[in-house]
Amino acid sequence: MSKGVAITGMGIISAIGNNVEENYNSLISGNKGISRISKIDTVHENAIMVGEIAFTNQELEEQAGIPPDNNYSRTALLGLVAAKEAIKDANILDMAAYKTGLISATSVGGMDMTEKYYYDYLESDAHRKYIEGHHAGDSTQKIAEELGIEESLVTTISTACSSAANAIMYGARLIKSGKLDRVVVGGADCLSKFTINGFKTLMILSDTYNTPFDDNRKGLNLGEAAAFLVLESDALVAKENKKVLAYVKGYGNANDAYHQTASSENGDGATLAMEKALKVANLNPENIDYINAHGTATGNNDLSEGRAIIRVFKDAVPDFSSTKPYTGHTLAAAGGIEAVFSILALQNNVIFPNLNFTTPMKEFAIRPQVKLKEKKLNTVLSNSLGFGGNCSTVIFSK
Amino acid sequence: MKKVFINGCGVISAQKTFDNKEFLKEVITYNDRVMPVVNPVYKDFISGGAARRMALGVKMGVVASNLAMKDAQLESVDAIITGTGMGCLIDSEKFLSKLIDNNEEFLTPTSFIQSTHNTVGGQIALGIQCKGYNFTYVHSGVSFESALLDAQLQLSSGEEENILVGGVDENAPHTLEIHKLIKFIKEENTDTSSLLQSNTSGAIFGEGAGFFTLSTKEQESSYAEVVAVETLNTLSKENLEKKATSFLEENGSSIMDVDVIVLGNNGDVDFDGYYNVLSESIFADTQQVYYKHLSGEYNTASSFGFWLGAKILKTESIPEVVKLNQKQTSTLKTILLYNQYRGENHSFTLLKQC
Amino acid sequence: MEALKEELKNKIIEQLNLEDVSVNEIADNDPLFGEGLGLDSIDALELIVMLDKDYGIKLSDPKEGKKIFESINTMAAYISENSPK
Repeated sequence: MSKGVAITGMGIISAIGNNVEENYNSLISGNKGISRISKIDTVHENAIMVGEIAFTNQELEEQAGIPPDNNYSRTALLGLVAAKEAIKDANILDMAAYKTGLISATSVGGMDMTEKYYYDYLESDAHRKYIEGHHAGDSTQKIAEELGIEESLVTTISTACSSAANAIMYGARLIKSGKLDRVVVGGADCLSKFTINGFKTLMILSDTYNTPFDDNRKGLNLGEAAAFLVLESDALVAKENKKVLAYVKGYGNANDAYHQTASSENGDGATLAMEKALKVANLNPENIDYINAHGTATGNNDLSEGRAIIRVFKDAVPDFSSTKPYTGHTLAAAGGIEAVFSILALQNNVIFPNLNFTTPMKEFAIRPQVKLKEKKLNTVLSNSLGFGGNCSTVIFSK
Repeated sequence: MKKVFINGCGVISAQKTFDNKEFLKEVITYNDRVMPVVNPVYKDFISGGAARRMALGVKMGVVASNLAMKDAQLESVDAIITGTGMGCLIDSEKFLSKLIDNNEEFLTPTSFIQSTHNTVGGQIALGIQCKGYNFTYVHSGVSFESALLDAQLQLSSGEEENILVGGVDENAPHTLEIHKLIKFIKEENTDTSSLLQSNTSGAIFGEGAGFFTLSTKEQESSYAEVVAVETLNTLSKENLEKKATSFLEENGSSIMDVDVIVLGNNGDVDFDGYYNVLSESIFADTQQVYYKHLSGEYNTASSFGFWLGAKILKTESIPEVVKLNQKQTSTLKTILLYNQYRGENHSFTLLKQC
Repeated sequence: MEALKEELKNKIIEQLNLEDVSVNEIADNDPLFGEGLGLDSIDALELIVMLDKDYGIKLSDPKEGKKIFESINTMAAYISENSPK
């Protein structure tokens, strides 16, 4: 039985920390990163709460080590910071020594700049350098360049909220097929007026702290973040005597094919994704020790996902929690940061609490884990469910 | 490892390609900076209720995929993998401009929802009720090839049997304006029939959708076999020959075996040099064809080139209008496709007769 | 009231891009959602914005919309009662 694809490094920047260690400390001390928005000027500022990263773009440039004269969007800056941490963690000294690829994910891309300068572009050339940075592949291309990944398989996935999870599973498949020896996978998304307003029109933004799986949940808090994992082939791990953090054991992607944004009432897509992941992992539902749920705290998601979890796990639903009360919903990056959290859970044998929970949902009997719980964990299942019915599940193991 | 076949094609472009019976017999030339698509009657394929929310790109994607499945006589597929370079621009612009103009008030959700990059993939799945694997790649000039590679991996390993793969991009007014300002689009109207002699910077932008049903099952109507796909984020002109050669060798072929090379020349004097590296050296004696004078340049225009290669192999003929040179081809068995955009995101695809 | 109903039908056709539907095809009492016109949850959100922009009525909870948007009749009644304009 295959143990899965080895994860040898990880990096993250989110509203609860600027690297893996800081994120972990926040998770175990219950420190959430949700607040009123400060860096974006929006009429909705008092009606929403977000998981915002404290650094300005300038500070991120310095952290990422790039010169001030650049055309990076905030998405690219966040991505680069997290990717560099992952490479360092994986102890990669010579990028060109092995066939290395990069699969990133984003939904915002360079929209943060585009929305700022939309009309300005037509009047003056002062900011036109950002025009070519708008498209989703640009931040990936920049990260590849900075990491020294050349003449390689570099691409970007954009399937809304399941994007980074999809990047991880595609990377795992590329390693398994032998097409790559090593691949950096993950995603990045920054906050933007576009997404804030977009979600506002769907009336699924909460004006207070998000409360996943709570009967009185009012909606999600948007967040910004970036996270990357380094996956390596068994041959490479053996040859370089690499430390393995965890394994990508199983994965599955399925489509709800129900509605453009809403999930089907019984969570068909999510059910299929979890079943597929278990099959790839060659595991039974009872082998899963903890579920890091998508749990966005919207009326629709939590009901649909909860039902899907019950369909798959039946009477033996494992401990589950959503970590979005800490970070907010980081859209395309969500599957990436939650992968990091799943690995941290495995490494430390701890289940992170589903914060802000008070009232159980009427529709089913399962309840999230509300306190930090120490428990021996061998496998963690992470869900990421996106618009367009795109449902993804990744299973991590020791 | 199973073989992968192209069993169906559906292409909407600046030529009347949605009618797949002909093969570039009557070609439309343009004298412009941007080429519009020749639209099929969308009402024939999409109900009013569904179409009312769809911008051009979504309509093109839905219809092209529909045509590809019909072409292969398929009612369903196991997976849908889409590539788009810029996504749903029309709705993005609609939402963003309203946002700015109305100072974030009275915004409605439809254009926001329709602006997500995976809208086309999601709509196709909804239409044919496909609950399978559904990915969208958004990476400039290799968006289509990324989708192709993913599909090829899943098919050759036997994981799936039929996969719908496509590339789609649409133009939108504001985006065209700003790309004119940064000179990605040619500064002057240019005649497409003499595109490669224009000797000016920038390209003529186009739009379109190219969808294909790939399968492990060869059938009477199969177009060609997809042998290999490779994408590279960067590639210098110095390493290009070496790379093309090794790509062929790694996949059981060689320069001598290539009967036709399909090149992505788009008339941009600053970047067409990449193609010349190959056409003036190792492929100087090979029949060369090009297509962007017919399709225009857009991130997924290479799906038009892919269709061209497949159709050449199936019909065993090369339309005059795509020929870059005149070489005697005794066989039409092996086709190499090479594309890049502004010096980045290079791709090689190898097709064989089946 | 009749003028308002006519106005609503026109607005719905325009706002929701119902190109193939004409005003006289929408009966005052016909269900707008599900069957009848066959509108969905996204259309409901569009109508909520229309209520705010054109009639000055703000709905904070999208679920309120279900009763209000049942038919042209219920919409017209609600608007005449609640519109400050």
